[in-house]
Amino acid sequence: MGDRPADVRVRDFKEVDTGLSADEAIAEAERCLQCKKPLCVKGCPVCIDIPAFIREVAEGDFPGAARTLKEQNMLPAICGRVCPQETQCEGACVLGIKETPIRIGALERFVADWERQNGAELPKTARPTGKRVAVVGSGPAGLTAAAELARAGHAVTIFESLHEAGGVLTYGIPAFRLPKDVVRAEIDQVLALDVRLKKNYLVGRSVSVDELLGYDAVFLATGAGLPAFMGIPGENHNGVYSANEFLTRVNLMHADAFPEFDTPVLHGGRVAVIGGGNVAMDAARVARRMGAKVFLVYRRREEDMPARRVEVLHAKEEGIEFLTCTNPTRILGEGCVSGLECVKMSLCDLDASGRPSPEPIPGSEFTLDVDMVIQAIGTSPNPLLVSLIPGLKRGRRGNVVVDENGRTSIPHVYAGGDIATGAATVIEAMGSAKRAAAAINAMLREE
Amino acid sequence: MKRLYKVELATKLADRVYEYWIHAPQVAHHARAGQFLILRLHETGERIPLTISAVRGDAVRVIFMAVGKTTEELATLRAGDSIKDVAGPLGKPSEIGKYGTCCVIGGGVGIASTPLIAKELKEAGNHVIGIIGARSADLLILEDEMRAICDELYITTDDGSKGVHGFASDALKGLLNERTINRVWIIGPAIMMKVTSGVTVPYGVKTYVSLNPIMVDGTGMCGSCRVTVGGETKFACVDGPEFDAHQVDFAELMQRQRIYTSQEKVLLERFAEHQCRCGEGGHHHG
Ligand SMILES: Cc1cc2nc3c(=O)[nH]c(=O)nc-3n(C[C@H](O)[C@H](O)[C@H](O)COP(=O)(O)OP(=O)(O)OC[C@H]3O[C@@H](n4cnc5c(N)ncnc54)[C@H](O)[C@@H]3O)c2cc1C
Ligand SMILES: Cc1cc2nc3c(=O)[nH]c(=O)nc-3n(C[C@H](O)[C@H](O)[C@H](O)COP(=O)(O)OP(=O)(O)OC[C@H]3O[C@@H](n4cnc5c(N)ncnc54)[C@H](O)[C@@H]3O)c2cc1C
Ligand code: SF4
Ligand code: SF4
Ligand code: FES
Ligand SMILES: [Mg+2]
Repeated sequence: MGDRPADVRVRDFKEVDTGLSADEAIAEAERCLQCKKPLCVKGCPVCIDIPAFIREVAEGDFPGAARTLKEQNMLPAICGRVCPQETQCEGACVLGIKETPIRIGALERFVADWERQNGAELPKTARPTGKRVAVVGSGPAGLTAAAELARAGHAVTIFESLHEAGGVLTYGIPAFRLPKDVVRAEIDQVLALDVRLKKNYLVGRSVSVDELLGYDAVFLATGAGLPAFMGIPGENHNGVYSANEFLTRVNLMHADAFPEFDTPVLHGGRVAVIGGGNVAMDAARVARRMGAKVFLVYRRREEDMPARRVEVLHAKEEGIEFLTCTNPTRILGEGCVSGLECVKMSLCDLDASGRPSPEPIPGSEFTLDVDMVIQAIGTSPNPLLVSLIPGLKRGRRGNVVVDENGRTSIPHVYAGGDIATGAATVIEAMGSAKRAAAAINAMLREE
Repeated sequence: MKRLYKVELATKLADRVYEYWIHAPQVAHHARAGQFLILRLHETGERIPLTISAVRGDAVRVIFMAVGKTTEELATLRAGDSIKDVAGPLGKPSEIGKYGTCCVIGGGVGIASTPLIAKELKEAGNHVIGIIGARSADLLILEDEMRAICDELYITTDDGSKGVHGFASDALKGLLNERTINRVWIIGPAIMMKVTSGVTVPYGVKTYVSLNPIMVDGTGMCGSCRVTVGGETKFACVDGPEFDAHQVDFAELMQRQRIYTSQEKVLLERFAEHQCRCGEGGHHHG
């Protein structure tokens, strides 16, 4: 098993990586040294007992492994697929020093997939405490906090403004990396803990701030969904998208299946995607699957790209053309996009982040012949709700300021995930949600 | 669980114009003038924004014109049918205050937005003048309702079949020449808002228009609805939909409203064909 060939997979939205077979999983698990002081666990923000679940896999005890995973993580099939393991658990694995680290993510995914196909067990929940907790947002942070708090016996309601739960897992990350039935199944397991989900509720509008603050505790997990635009001329031409819009149209609204689905999206023949992160890779690979010739335009070098290496590799295999050290300066066209004016960048001096700072090279301007442009240059914390809550302290980037336990400046209001950190990762969002849930739990027990 | 988003009442008001009351408590309980909702008819449906035109108990009213696939399909629903998703209220409420004399202008189906704004302005202690305009008398909606709310109501029709022969902008110009008007609201098709708001420029009267760019989420997460106001990019779904008319780049708005024209046509033709095959060509309305 492994990755499907690039020329096959660019024709559909099915998963690229087909995962491990049972035999492969057992063989991989047997490589684990079962360290007494496992470094891998330190690399996992939700503290999965990694050696324990791997031992259970090695013994062929898949139900036991699933139980161990869910002790700490209610979204293992998701994390196994999208965690940046190379900088988390696997990056810390002691085997990585001399040879290749254990493929912890692949094993986690295997166990979660096995359990989903063979009937999932529901973790136990504590006796009802009579306390009501509101969770705002159903992305990984909200789902994790909801699961933790429900297991502790509190009555949890998740409010979600969209018509589907999951946050970026649902509207952002494409199905070929994270199949939507996998996401739905793990969300359903959280909801099965007696968590109420109210979709179509934009808190701050459909629920007033006063109503929200009336809960015994509040967890804000509204994410960093506000897309940035470069601010270059021509940006509002027809055919210029934020990655969020392009991905939402396809992933959430299924515009790739238009006209079976009613939401349209433009099909560019030649598409420029601007950016070098995971979001840019996703947008480029989606555009490729919709039949376009795709250019990825990034102002630094390939090795400076914040995207995971595997995503860069997959994008290249799929025929995405990389234009690095290149910065867009203007989008051409009369109402509709007809080209992207760029300038080459030189990278000499190091900037504050230790990366070479790009400077335009005079006279190196050129025009890229494209009919669609997707900007994937970052997102910032959703301002809507947090700006409506009086006295809620926010940082310079619009993020909610929290302590290490997710406490905000308002006593019974907590926050976690991207709304607190700015755009980060699924597992960091989950880690912060777990810490906040523990603190909320402690607070509610004291009262 | 009680079935949400049930259509409580469905009435045809004029050619292609419908009035629907939808059970949506979370929207109804919080809606203010100037806000809208987003609905999705079914699992394969798109999300479309419609202005909240009135509120009664747990229900909200929308008034819409059937112009394409989704609105045509919505118009086939009858009382008792359900809508899959309704989210709202969305957008910022109108900037209601005590200004003195206010003029609320609706053009065509844009008249749908005027009663709530006029009502809140009236409650805030303003003298409220309504102007409602349509192409012809049979397309004029909400006349009685607006007459009951406003201190004065003027009617214009393009063809002179009712009220003053001409456009809402003509009526507005007449009023501005006669007396002091402190604030103006204009809601209608983009071109009508552009022309009508042009009239208030020389008088320096603060004028609001309610912009209607193409939206997806309606919560500020995609930028589909971006408009240029005063040289800055704004997201109409969260920064608006009401903006200072004199700062709006209407040409850009109108250009962006046409992004999907060819796909929209395909979808509508497909839908019309399907309706014929199913023998449901006509609407269920009287
Ligand atoms: C395209 C893309 C690809 C990515 N790929 C990866 C990856 O491979 N690996 C990885 O680890 N990370 C990845 N990330 C980042 C990761 O998805 C995020 O860090 C993570 O989802 C943050 O979780 P969250 O719960 O804080 O917020 P989100 O997932 O953003 O969820 C927030 C939710 O809150 C809802 N909401 C917002 N405001 C309100 C309100 N007022 N009322 C009700 N609901 C509200 C939103 O609709 C949304 O559903 C990716 C991000 C994107 C955009
Ligand atoms: C804030 C706001 C409030 C609105 N209020 C009303 C109202 O009260 N009554 C009413 O009749 N109409 C209203 N509209 C317009 C209404 O949303 C469109 O007429 C509707 O989406 C058309 O959908 P369709 O599939 O039937 O037609 P289509 O054939 O898909 O589209 C016809 C035209 O409608 C516009 N449109 C299409 N999709 C969208 C979309 N997702 N969002 C916005 N516009 C779109 C485009 O300009 C398009 O060319 C409002 C729009 C906005 C943004
Ligand atoms: S949740 Fe993520 S970081 Fe933790 S063990 Fe699994 S893959 Fe590694
Ligand atoms: S550090 Fe590596 S070898 Fe050691 S227990 Fe963890 S996964 Fe196994
Ligand atoms: S509709 Fe998506 S940001 Fe306004
Ligand atoms: Mg449509």
